[in-house]
Amino acid sequence: MATIEKDSVSGQNTTGHEWDGIKELNTPLPKWWVYVFWATVLWAIGYWVAYPAWPLVNGYTKGTFGYSSRGELENELAAQKKARSAWLSKIEASDVGAIEKDKDLLRYAMAGGKIAFNENCAPCHGVGGVGAFGYPSLADDEWLWGGELADIETSVKFGVRNTNANARASEMPKFGADGLLKPEQITAVTDYVLSLASKAPAKGSAGETVYAENCAACHADDGAGNKDLGAPALNNQIWLYKGSKDAVAAQIAKPKHGAMPAWSERLDASTVKMLAVYVHNLGGGK
Amino acid sequence: MSINTEATPYCEDVIKKFTLAAIFWGVVGFLAGDFIALQLAFPVLNLDLEWTSFGRLRPVHTSAVIFAFGGNVLFATSLYIVQRTSRAGLFGGEGLGGFVFWNFQALIVVAALSYVLGFSQGQEYAEPEWWIDLWLTVIWVAYLIAFAGTIMKRKEPHIYVANWFFFAMILTIAMLHLGNNLAVPAAFFGGSWMKSYNVFGGVQNAMTQWWYGHNAVGFFLTAGFLGIMYYFVPKRAERPVYSYRLSIVHFWALIFLYIWAGPHHLHYTALPDWAQTLGMTFSVMLWMPSWGGMINGLMTLSGAWDKLRTDPVMRFLVSSVAFYGMSTFEGPMMSIKAVNSLSHYTDWGIGHVHSGALGWVAFVSFGALYYLVPKLWGRKELYSLKLVGVHFWVATVGIVFYITAMWISGIMQGLMWRAYDNLGFLQYSFIETVEAMRPYYMIRALGGFLFVLGSLVMVYNVWKTIKGDVADEAYASATSGAR
Repeated sequence: MATIEKDSVSGQNTTGHEWDGIKELNTPLPKWWVYVFWATVLWAIGYWVAYPAWPLVNGYTKGTFGYSSRGELENELAAQKKARSAWLSKIEASDVGAIEKDKDLLRYAMAGGKIAFNENCAPCHGVGGVGAFGYPSLADDEWLWGGELADIETSVKFGVRNTNANARASEMPKFGADGLLKPEQITAVTDYVLSLASKAPAKGSAGETVYAENCAACHADDGAGNKDLGAPALNNQIWLYKGSKDAVAAQIAKPKHGAMPAWSERLDASTVKMLAVYVHNLGGGK
Repeated sequence: MSINTEATPYCEDVIKKFTLAAIFWGVVGFLAGDFIALQLAFPVLNLDLEWTSFGRLRPVHTSAVIFAFGGNVLFATSLYIVQRTSRAGLFGGEGLGGFVFWNFQALIVVAALSYVLGFSQGQEYAEPEWWIDLWLTVIWVAYLIAFAGTIMKRKEPHIYVANWFFFAMILTIAMLHLGNNLAVPAAFFGGSWMKSYNVFGGVQNAMTQWWYGHNAVGFFLTAGFLGIMYYFVPKRAERPVYSYRLSIVHFWALIFLYIWAGPHHLHYTALPDWAQTLGMTFSVMLWMPSWGGMINGLMTLSGAWDKLRTDPVMRFLVSSVAFYGMSTFEGPMMSIKAVNSLSHYTDWGIGHVHSGALGWVAFVSFGALYYLVPKLWGRKELYSLKLVGVHFWVATVGIVFYITAMWISGIMQGLMWRAYDNLGFLQYSFIETVEAMRPYYMIRALGGFLFVLGSLVMVYNVWKTIKGDVADEAYASATSGAR
């Protein structure tokens, strides 16, 4: 057991304890440390007086400021709503056509449509609507379900192949998986579709016959497609699921079908309108 | 067992095992961390397999660094310190120590496998399912018996401050572990034995989870490692502890105040406002009690500051205390609701945790391990103090990359989320904020890589030391001559 001694560096006494050679000085608490600690305690007490703080048997101390985080949120939302109301009321009252004709409303709808698009649509269709594998580009003038403003509004509102009663829906038969066509027929019609796509249809080929009997009803004789049925045009080089021979054959044998939510079920009417206007103006709107 | 000069028989075989396990799991945990950091920057590294997806590997990382690395460091140091400062051999001897050791290592492996295979309670830092929790309880009680038993048979009249902190850790972690894992196996209701549900639901579950989560930081990663600091800093500096009074006051203030701070993880949620207020105000009051430990650590160096120049092990210990001071200022600040409304859910939180985890917990551990290895294996000094210096600088640069990247990324993310344009629309979509963060994710992964690299330098140095090699003899004898 050690005895109390004076430390030559600090001039402090030790406590007289020692463990495995470790001694302790009896230095008093640093004053600033004590003061700052009490300052934080005083601040805390002040905060408890002003804000909801201590639970009671029934309820809790409400605080003199009458604050609640729910109330704060409601105030912020109300303020936002008020700030936006001048424009939003006009959007609400106008149809999409009227919005596009009014220069100021159009500018507002483009700004609102852009953020709504980036938040909700871009994860699939890409920022700016560039599209991705399985998700059509919205920036070109090729449309599955029509590129008129009204067509786009319908697509946004009700979506594609979902549970909404008004959703756009159509499915291509599984020509291979369901045995509707023989493998050699699929190969032949694949070649024919690729010839259509390069604007040089292989007239008189076996594929032409298969195409005429099985595909033309929806995709049209010249491969122009049918926007009422959502049947894509085949007479160009724009492909939803890639344009290689294997990819096209796979799509004929066992087609993939994309789906899109009915945004009217998730977003308010004004936002849906602004989205339709925004997409229409991305570059390819008819 | 080895015999020290005062002829007290200390159990050191088990300490050696814990020391090696700590180093092993440290490297594993750091590697796992850097891998998931790379997954965030390059999602293709998820490999499109459920077992290697970020969601399953993240708990492998957090459990490996907190419980496998941190836990083994705490076992090694606390059981070493409690024997030395009590002048008594380990209660239960190598047998009880070995029981804790082997069970704990096996538990780590089983828990990690369970995460990868998709078993999880879904509670952060408490992912293991109920049967692993029960197993850990047995191990923890055995540890408590070994530790408390050694204190009981001590030959010193007083209990050293480091042991107060270890004791506070052991008792509080026991309470937190039991409280947060009150779960019922789904099998009781016709489900699986491998899945359980917490008895608390909704916001009550959230509250108990963060009562646990924050105090795991407070009592495991803070109190426990303060115990380490209180032994190894005065030992390595060869100076008395700065202030006995400060150690008492900040110890009691810390353990009284910490337990209230959890609700600051749930600001602006369904948690009642009064609970948020208490969480925030107690966090702010915790600032000075935390800094009491920093003051005692740093001021213990009065009269020995030159050692920072000559002794890289001291540099690890002192820098860890500085990082501790920085994190325990940043924490209370981030708990203030106005700051939290910006920082919550952003990378700032990740940066804050890692300045504490890498800068404080890992650095104080490295300092302690570098001190322990030559002592335990009976070497005069480490194989190379120069390599300790290399480890120090590589790891420090890594931490700086990591935390500055996360500060910038986090604050940017928070500002982008709340930015409105002049028409009242949000200015950025979520995906744009993700794109903006990507460069910082790469910098973070680079920082993590440097930290891993440093730990590999440590592995080499420790291995050579145990082998008995000496690289820079002149340097070693010059610095250890004074000891």
